[in-house]
Amino acid sequence: MANGSNYSLDFEKPLKELEKRIEEIRIFAEEKQIDMSEEIRRIEEKAKNLREEIYRNLTPWQKVQIARHPKRPTFLEYIDLIFTAFVELHGDRLFRDDPALVGGLAYFDEIPVTIIGQQKGRDTKENIYRNFGMPHPEGYRKAVRLMKQAEKFGRPVITFVDVAGAFPGKEAEERGQGEAVAKAIMEMAALTVPTVVVVTGEGGSGGALAIGTGDRVLMLEHAYYSVISPEGCASILWKDAAEAPRAAEVLHLTAKDLLGFKVIDEIIPEPLGGAHTNPEQTATAIKEALRRNLRELMALDLKELLARRYQKFRAIGRYIEE
Amino acid sequence: MLKDLFRPKQKYVTIRQREEDSGVTPGTPAEQLEKKELPDGLWIKCNQCNQMIYHKDLEKSLKVCPKCQYHFRIGAWERIGYLVDPGTFKELFANICSCDPLEFPDYQVKLNKFKKATGLNEGVVTGTAQIEGIPLALGVMDFGFVGGSMGSAIGERLVRLFEYAYQEDLPVVTFAASGGARMQEGILSLMQMATTCQAINRLAEKAILFISVLTDPTTGGVFASFASQGDINIAEPGALIGFAGARVIQQTTHQTLPPGFQRSEFLLEHGIIDLIVNRKELRSTLARLLRFHQRRKREIS
Ligand SMILES: [Zn+2]
Repeated sequence: MANGSNYSLDFEKPLKELEKRIEEIRIFAEEKQIDMSEEIRRIEEKAKNLREEIYRNLTPWQKVQIARHPKRPTFLEYIDLIFTAFVELHGDRLFRDDPALVGGLAYFDEIPVTIIGQQKGRDTKENIYRNFGMPHPEGYRKAVRLMKQAEKFGRPVITFVDVAGAFPGKEAEERGQGEAVAKAIMEMAALTVPTVVVVTGEGGSGGALAIGTGDRVLMLEHAYYSVISPEGCASILWKDAAEAPRAAEVLHLTAKDLLGFKVIDEIIPEPLGGAHTNPEQTATAIKEALRRNLRELMALDLKELLARRYQKFRAIGRYIEE
Repeated sequence: MLKDLFRPKQKYVTIRQREEDSGVTPGTPAEQLEKKELPDGLWIKCNQCNQMIYHKDLEKSLKVCPKCQYHFRIGAWERIGYLVDPGTFKELFANICSCDPLEFPDYQVKLNKFKKATGLNEGVVTGTAQIEGIPLALGVMDFGFVGGSMGSAIGERLVRLFEYAYQEDLPVVTFAASGGARMQEGILSLMQMATTCQAINRLAEKAILFISVLTDPTTGGVFASFASQGDINIAEPGALIGFAGARVIQQTTHQTLPPGFQRSEFLLEHGIIDLIVNRKELRSTLARLLRFHQRRKREIS
């Protein structure tokens, strides 16, 4: 897994070079006591244009790289920026607490809500503790427990999705990973409270969908959501994981693709350069979208809410009737 | 081995465990055609005990090895033939077929190839039938059709079946046989996990029984959706059932996986399924379970 300090987005290389040049000129100008501000301004302008150019034309694979950026804000960071008075609630009451999935109570504006999300580590040590944000069955069972609790007390549920996938391991299988994912899908789909999903980073297949069957599914601009990882798809299609960039194309996994398929309801814009370059700005955009969507959902009566949710997912498939 | 010395010198074939790209599915029209060409006195080698089985004996025992009880994979139509009261199956929703929404490389070619090879037009057969006179809604997946992978069409057929059962107050039995989601339909196939689960949820509103039978293999997104959520989960013996593939687990964790990992018996031991039933007893077991749940609300209230 990539480490924060040496993770670089290769497509940003020309940009990094320009930035390096600006720095060099600055140092040179200072040493020689000459005014080069015009030259610097000119290159800065060029860098700005280049950045816009790059981010306007990101390929799906480049988006995947941004979505996986180790500095990309995690759930806990968003909690600090979006919610207040967070109280984390632990454990599935069956087996153990899974640190790869965090949940608890918080206020959104003045509304008490239940929030749930996968939690990646922010450094190697935390990543090991949090299993790189890949939950075991007990993580999904904790999610269900907290959702049912929210339902009991009439609290809306907000989930944050950022997961490479539900963890593939011996113990996960022993404890019924498939059953746990399915159960979470079922229970969330049937909740009698409003539910909003925000896909913030990786939408890794069933492990993402397990907390993804909400009334509204919102997605950050550079997040991805896919049935299989680009690497996995490339291995199957071309027997070569290095073909992942090509696989990312054919899988149609970007926010824009998903909006077209009506799998998501809204794209939340990211700051130029990706969420990690300005977590506060990203959080503000998420907050605005959450507020708007939650308000609409809370105005619906329960029957209408459930009927719309059923129809929303019911309408997603594409098939022909011969 | 000694028994090899006595191996009959007769012609035999091995029924291949069909991988995704294999050709003919047992029990489908394509296989029936093929069978006619084969000479009488055909012997089949068991995949598990390697013993030779006379093909008529294998037919008679519902493709279960009479010597070691190994369950051969069977196709949807063959399954239906073994299971339901003769002449009671009425197919529904067979007109719902896959398209190629992502224009995915080679998908259309693949679909056509499997249609031709299997005689099926999708990886699930849905309809109504009776078992020992009890009416039910039945969905049977076929691993021979693109590995039984669930795309939009399979999802739609199943959801329509569940919705039909809801309307008509019919118990539902599904037979899963699937490698998981259909990659070629991308996110749309993932979403079938949500739609099928939703439709199963609704059955609960009317206390409609849902029995899920897991057959070899049931993995990935099918196991992680409707197939693991039966009121009663039944597995055939020795079936491969799990979420993640063994290879992925080994690559990720470098763990050694115990013998019998992700087989029916492993799942029973770990509390994921209710019972394991031999194919030869499935019909009577299902009938008994269906009968338990035959109730008229009017009579009760
Ligand atoms: Zn045998």
